[in-house]
Amino acid sequence: MEQRTHSFAPVDRRVDAIQAAFEARGMPAIRGVEELSHLATEEWVPRNGARVVARAWTDPAFRARLLANGRAAVTELGLSMPPHHRHFVVLENSPDVHHVICCTLCSCTAFTIIGLPPDWYKDLEYRARVVRESRTVLREMGLDLPPEVQIRVWDTTADTRYMVLPERPEGTGGWSEERLADLVTRDGLIGVARL
Amino acid sequence: MDGIHDLGGRQGFGTVRYTLDAPAFHARWEVRANALYAFAVRQGIFNMDEYRHAIERMEPRHYLAASYYERSLTSLASLCVEKGVMTRGELEERAGGPVPLAMPSRPGRANAASRERFRPGDRVRVREDHVPGHSRMPGYIRGKEGVVVGESPAYPFPDAHAHGVPSEDEPTYDVRFRSEDLWPGGADSALVHAAVFQSYLERAG
Repeated sequence: MEQRTHSFAPVDRRVDAIQAAFEARGMPAIRGVEELSHLATEEWVPRNGARVVARAWTDPAFRARLLANGRAAVTELGLSMPPHHRHFVVLENSPDVHHVICCTLCSCTAFTIIGLPPDWYKDLEYRARVVRESRTVLREMGLDLPPEVQIRVWDTTADTRYMVLPERPEGTGGWSEERLADLVTRDGLIGVARL
Repeated sequence: MDGIHDLGGRQGFGTVRYTLDAPAFHARWEVRANALYAFAVRQGIFNMDEYRHAIERMEPRHYLAASYYERSLTSLASLCVEKGVMTRGELEERAGGPVPLAMPSRPGRANAASRERFRPGDRVRVREDHVPGHSRMPGYIRGKEGVVVGESPAYPFPDAHAHGVPSEDEPTYDVRFRSEDLWPGGADSALVHAAVFQSYLERAG
């Protein structure tokens, strides 16, 4: 098996082959690749989630709508989710509770809102360990939570998608939404960092 | 399917390769592989459940050794061949070498015969089902008890939807488990939530 693994055609040649086979059948794969690559790298970015968080921090009515129906609330900011993400649950951190999201079975994320998942999120190590060794894994990743903070892990196993609503950092009173959004990182939205 | 993909709670893995601002893509071909599978879904060649299951059906050594986007690529190639859109021979000729595909699929199943509507606060047990096909029940919750904390809209039932088996859409329940109940004496203390399809659940006494 080891030998067979190494004798496969190179991955980029396999991608070329599939794309060419689509084209040979009159299926517009080249256009699809351009369009979807643009979305994946330019449009589906964590800045979207950062804007959602900054709005929730500054507008209590929006925050309430976001927690009640995330999918509807993000449309107020011109954002959208794909058809198979039918439900968007926003998890609010507090001084006592810390949320962290994962996908033990593959790699699911609310990618149109928080961006496509980073490499480590899709790695075997994070998938295997974060549900069972949550506090240890977070500490290894640089988030050393005090023992009194309860950890809540959310495994994305269906078409519901999750995002963490981080706590607003102290000393940011009166800041503009734009400036607040600059504070929000993708890792904060996943829950492996606090702001 | 109790495959190698069902990683939650597995032991022996090392530290997470965590970096600040870690990229989603490392190479141009990965962006293209990602776009091509999304293109195929939009063309109606396969659905997301079929896509997930074809990754799960990869030969286990290949699954573990392949990068994330090589798994996407293998699922895409496998389903295009299985659906008759292209042949393995054509792909191998165009690629200039062997193109690995997923192992054949086992049967799917329809919704559970009896399904119950639950409400937040209800105590539920995950049924001890062992299905050979696709399922979205991670092994670590099988037979375990937890508390319902949320209900989703109805989604396609993956155990059927990945196999072309007729089925009804059904809701999922966000179920809260204590890590102490999932791995007694063998886990960091936490509340672990999974989105559990209605068919996987029964009321706990």
